[in-house]
Amino acid sequence: MAGPMKMRAKLGNGFTDVRVLMSHPMATEQQTKGKPHFIQNVTVKVNGKTVIEGEISQAVSRNPVFSFRLKGGAKGDKIQVSWLDNKGETNQTETAVA
Amino acid sequence: MNGLRRVLLQRAGAIAAGLATGLLNPIAAWAATWNKDAFGAKSAGDALQRLGAADPAPSKDIVIEAPQIAENGAVVPIEITSNIPGTTSIAVLVEKNPYPLVAKFDFAEGALPYVKVNAKMGETSDVRVVATAGGKHYAASKEIKVTIGGCGG
Repeated sequence: MAGPMKMRAKLGNGFTDVRVLMSHPMATEQQTKGKPHFIQNVTVKVNGKTVIEGEISQAVSRNPVFSFRLKGGAKGDKIQVSWLDNKGETNQTETAVA
Repeated sequence: MNGLRRVLLQRAGAIAAGLATGLLNPIAAWAATWNKDAFGAKSAGDALQRLGAADPAPSKDIVIEAPQIAENGAVVPIEITSNIPGTTSIAVLVEKNPYPLVAKFDFAEGALPYVKVNAKMGETSDVRVVATAGGKHYAASKEIKVTIGGCGG
């Protein structure tokens, strides 16, 4: 099951700092005897517009934490982050820039 | 028994409401692509070739911040900033991992070419970062020493 996600988005000096945590085993081939389970796609949207698309592998650490930076930004902008794993499970979270 | 039915009904209602407001995206909404070939490559060179980024030019404008010595190979923080104007993509490779390509990020207008990611490293290795700008590829690398590997069980 997809665990909870946590995110915070903070206005910095000319950019918005986004930090997001995903609960996921990110199990490698070696750990699972050939049946890995890991997030493959990560998408970051600002006010509904996709700004970052990531493809990731089983070599990303368990319970992945990512930091991203967005140009400018304003308090209240809606940041949405979602993921999709190799078994078709998906999750997303949304927060407003503080 | 009745309590369970209540809960199920409530959940069904919540899901229906979520679908109606577009909060829950069905998987079909994902136009997901995942470069299986590049992620399945067993050498960094092959991975780059399959990403279409073979033979990148060395660049000092890619900044890699990472520990020189990682005590725990299961969680190695790697922070990358590309100062190359017009950077649209950043790929991270750990040369000595079984599958070197760790992650690749595409940046559209509105995002800065910056990412911080925690990677697993099986052993001491060069970490190579390849940035793409204006159709050209640039690379920088940094060695990270690992005392306890983080790829096995």
